[in-house]
Amino acid sequence: MANNFIVAPSPHMHSVESTRSLMRDVLIALIPALVVSTVVYGLDVLKVTAIAVASCVLIEYLIQKYLIKGPSTIGNLSAVITGVLLAFNLPANIPWWIIVVGALVAIGVGKMTFGGLGRNPFNPALVGRVFLLIAYPVQMTSFPQPTMSKFVDTFSGATPLAAIKAGGDVASVDLMSMFGGVMAGSLGEIAAAALIVGGGYMLWRKVITWHIPVAVLGTMALFAFVVAIFEGGNPALLYELPAFHLLAGGAMLGAIFMATDYVSSPMTPKGMLIYGVGIGAITMIIRLWGAYPEGMSFAILIMNAVTPLINKYVKPRRFGVMSK
Amino acid sequence: MTVLISTILTLSVLGILAAVILYFVAQKFKVEEDPRIDEVEKMFPGANCGGCGFAGCRAMAEAMVLREDISALYCPVGGAECMKSVAAYLGKVAPEKEPTVATVRCGGVCSKRAKTNAYNGTKSCAIASSLYVGESGCAYGCLGYGDCVEACAFDAIHVNPQTGIAEVDAEKCTACGACVKACPKNIIELRKKWPKNRAVYVSCVSKDKGAVTMKACKAGCIGCGKCAKVCAFGAITVENGLAYIDPQKCKLCRKCVNECPTGAIVLKGMDPLPKEPKTPAAKPATPAVAPAAKPAAEPKVAEAKAEPKVEATKNE
Amino acid sequence: MKTFPVGGVHPSDNKQWSNAKAIEVLELPDVVNIPLGQHIGAPATAKVAKGDKVLTGQLIAEATGFMSANIHSPISGTVTAVDMQPNGQGLRQMMITIKREGDEWMPEIDRSKDIKRECELDSQAIISKIKDAGIVGMGGATFPTHVKLSIPNGCKAEYLIINGVECEPYLTSDHRNMLERGEELLIGVEILKKALNVEHAVVGVENNKPDAIENLNKIIASGKFDIKVEPLKVQYPQGGEKQLIAAVTGREVPPPPGLPIHVGAVVCNASTALAVYEAVQKNKPLIERVVTITGKDLQSPRNLLTRMGTPISKLIEMAGGLPEGDVKVVNGGPMMGRAMVNLDSAVTKGCSGVTVYAGVDAHRVSPSPCIKCAKCVAACPMSLEPYLISKLAKKQMWERLEQENIVDCIECGCCQFTCPAGLPLLDYVRYGKQTVMGIIRSRAAAAAKK
Repeated sequence: MANNFIVAPSPHMHSVESTRSLMRDVLIALIPALVVSTVVYGLDVLKVTAIAVASCVLIEYLIQKYLIKGPSTIGNLSAVITGVLLAFNLPANIPWWIIVVGALVAIGVGKMTFGGLGRNPFNPALVGRVFLLIAYPVQMTSFPQPTMSKFVDTFSGATPLAAIKAGGDVASVDLMSMFGGVMAGSLGEIAAAALIVGGGYMLWRKVITWHIPVAVLGTMALFAFVVAIFEGGNPALLYELPAFHLLAGGAMLGAIFMATDYVSSPMTPKGMLIYGVGIGAITMIIRLWGAYPEGMSFAILIMNAVTPLINKYVKPRRFGVMSK
Repeated sequence: MTVLISTILTLSVLGILAAVILYFVAQKFKVEEDPRIDEVEKMFPGANCGGCGFAGCRAMAEAMVLREDISALYCPVGGAECMKSVAAYLGKVAPEKEPTVATVRCGGVCSKRAKTNAYNGTKSCAIASSLYVGESGCAYGCLGYGDCVEACAFDAIHVNPQTGIAEVDAEKCTACGACVKACPKNIIELRKKWPKNRAVYVSCVSKDKGAVTMKACKAGCIGCGKCAKVCAFGAITVENGLAYIDPQKCKLCRKCVNECPTGAIVLKGMDPLPKEPKTPAAKPATPAVAPAAKPAAEPKVAEAKAEPKVEATKNE
Repeated sequence: MKTFPVGGVHPSDNKQWSNAKAIEVLELPDVVNIPLGQHIGAPATAKVAKGDKVLTGQLIAEATGFMSANIHSPISGTVTAVDMQPNGQGLRQMMITIKREGDEWMPEIDRSKDIKRECELDSQAIISKIKDAGIVGMGGATFPTHVKLSIPNGCKAEYLIINGVECEPYLTSDHRNMLERGEELLIGVEILKKALNVEHAVVGVENNKPDAIENLNKIIASGKFDIKVEPLKVQYPQGGEKQLIAAVTGREVPPPPGLPIHVGAVVCNASTALAVYEAVQKNKPLIERVVTITGKDLQSPRNLLTRMGTPISKLIEMAGGLPEGDVKVVNGGPMMGRAMVNLDSAVTKGCSGVTVYAGVDAHRVSPSPCIKCAKCVAACPMSLEPYLISKLAKKQMWERLEQENIVDCIECGCCQFTCPAGLPLLDYVRYGKQTVMGIIRSRAAAAAKK
């Protein structure tokens, strides 16, 4: 018989999903934000993204080939995502060499040092971003004028959060244009609406679950709401302040794309909620009382560090053991 | 300047305070231990292999110090020398044990044992053996996925990629027994270690009937019993269609080696006995038995039966 | 629509190859090999020896103790051997070999097609008839049915749940039985109800079998049955006993050693109910069953009424033979079935189907590193953390594994199915579970000794 019998333990079927297909879906979900950003800031956006992606992939390839001497893993697209997310956290006019340095830190320090995909305790793109933020604070926080002035009014070079930190008034901010992406900020964080569309796509494709984004954003909104109550006075603030904080800075990008990074987030739904609440609360504390105007990156990195602890202590309810 | 001084002062005070607290805590929770345990532990090889039956060298050292009678304790890795020095230090009688070596009892190399299927699951002997028979028709043979290799702390056992069977490096083997426990097929046995790594053993553990064994593997023991008949020391027993050479009784006379029709009895570290009467029963005939068909094999076994008696008496 | 509460996956069901094929009777095999251990519990003890003449339906091996089952001859002829032979996985097992001569049945078996509705027997008599007939769970678990029906003291059965879920992809034997022999099957359910003395009987059927649901409802509406058909939302592993109980009653069976009866439920497979009907009303022991032979690359997948002991190769022949090249032949469905190496091995009581995969489908996907995506945790119907217990099992950390409740695992395969990295999670989890259960057993034995 011309048969070669194959034997393996069950199951004998596998879902069509693979690491690569999941990563591809994340990339698709990032496209709307990239498009909006390109409209707002012009072709510089694509240049920054391209440099970030190319250097991330190249650095991973080189490390794997010459340092680890193992099989190449760039085919699973995770380095591409790190590149895009790193670019999304940079201003559009950042010099190219800073991007390369960021990519080197993100992939080299944030990911490959720990053994590559699946082993990194921190979100690599954020490791790169925070390194750049501390090393090159000026370049990282000065944002260019939009090139789309023919479509909408121009805006100041300061991000809304920086403006508030400097003593600005929330009431003076136009929430609708923030929602649409018309504000100063890093490439990817300005377009709340586009990011939500991407998040919806990932939820529909079951790439992520709702737990982390909802926990992060919910906590932030609640936090802002409580703060607004204590501020007293203006009743409009009760909804304006939560809305402002959800739309400003990296809230959406962080909650939907950065915090949900598989490797550095907890494994159980309960754990994800705790993690999300932690990120939301720390972000708000930094925003309201910290030295930096924005705290999303730090909050995510701090909670990344807590993730192993959450995984250890937060267990799913055992089947058949009813809670009292 | 004041900032600098206050910083230094604060830190110094904190440091001293912490040191004081640590000192008292250390005193309070100090564990009184026999200092000899530390000394004995240092004498052990420190491989923490578990070959002695304890969790590690420290646990073994504790037992050595605390027990009056240490004759039941033995570190296979350190061997007689190590045990002697420990016993001398403790003033106890050194336990003695014959040196042994791990022996892989399977001769089903690829050329002798036809592959009937391809295993596509996790390459682990424990997992594969709980699922099914293995990649050949033999339900007893070495699977070659290397659970023993994983278990070995001394790099002494490896799966030969040519044969697909685990092989022991007798020089490195410390007879800790980790591979014996790891092998789900119970193929590995700790056998008496002779000088120059000499060995005679049945390299098969198949309990199948002769015909079934033969169909699955040309190198298997078919339980014909010829070896047992020729053995002058009563070292060989045949049970469930499988011959076994008792390492305590075997004197390495090698008579059985030439008797075995399938070559299942392996000889190592020595030359085989001269085959004085060049009968078809001796070595040259062995490969000829190979074709698995029953009728071909049977007559040869029968004709071989007659000859060995002559040979045996001659040798005596 | 109801379903179970946690975990689960949605593999494509692939039932289209065989779900419209009516049950056909497979011609009798010339030689059968009957393993003595084809159920959970102690293997049966052979009651015949080489040279004995046996009739179809004659007892050839008797249950060894309570947790065991009788075995009957599926054909008439001469016993040619009682010895160790390789089973489907090539492992040696005690078997009785019978060479067929004609097909002469035991006289007390009623072979007529008439449907006999009334059953006058009391609970004890029904259970003992089921025990005599050697009936075991026919969904694949092969738990002796009389043991299930013997309610331990202090427990009370409230629900009889009939498992018509058939959540395994590809398989359609229960489906065809519900469709073609619905009335007999429901009489079997009534008999089981009587044996258990329960009020509620629910047949759980996944709603990918609307024709079966409709057929059962029609029979219930026309006859005098007090049985409810519960359509369930398609989700694997709904046919798992604990999952089905949770789906139908909302109750969760406590962790081991908890049993379904502790939440008042008894679950029987749909085909088992049919076998109960035949045993009680027709005196027919369990000597044949419907087996689905299917696969994407088979010429003609079918549902075959097959005598026990028939070689699997005969079914494959009926389905048009194996495709060329790499093949994987699985006894059972793709999620929990066991791959076979010996196609001369027999159809047994638990064999609900034989599935064949060819080419790429026969191979596993190649593994890559875990990306901690948590999909296995979300998919586990027993609320375990497969990524973790798989890693712990690989490292042989048995105590930790016990703390992580590895014994809860039902080996459904959801984790490995869903893993995007293609990791062999279940390989290690199963290994860990077996080892930990061994440790627990030996600890219990040591405690019992004291």
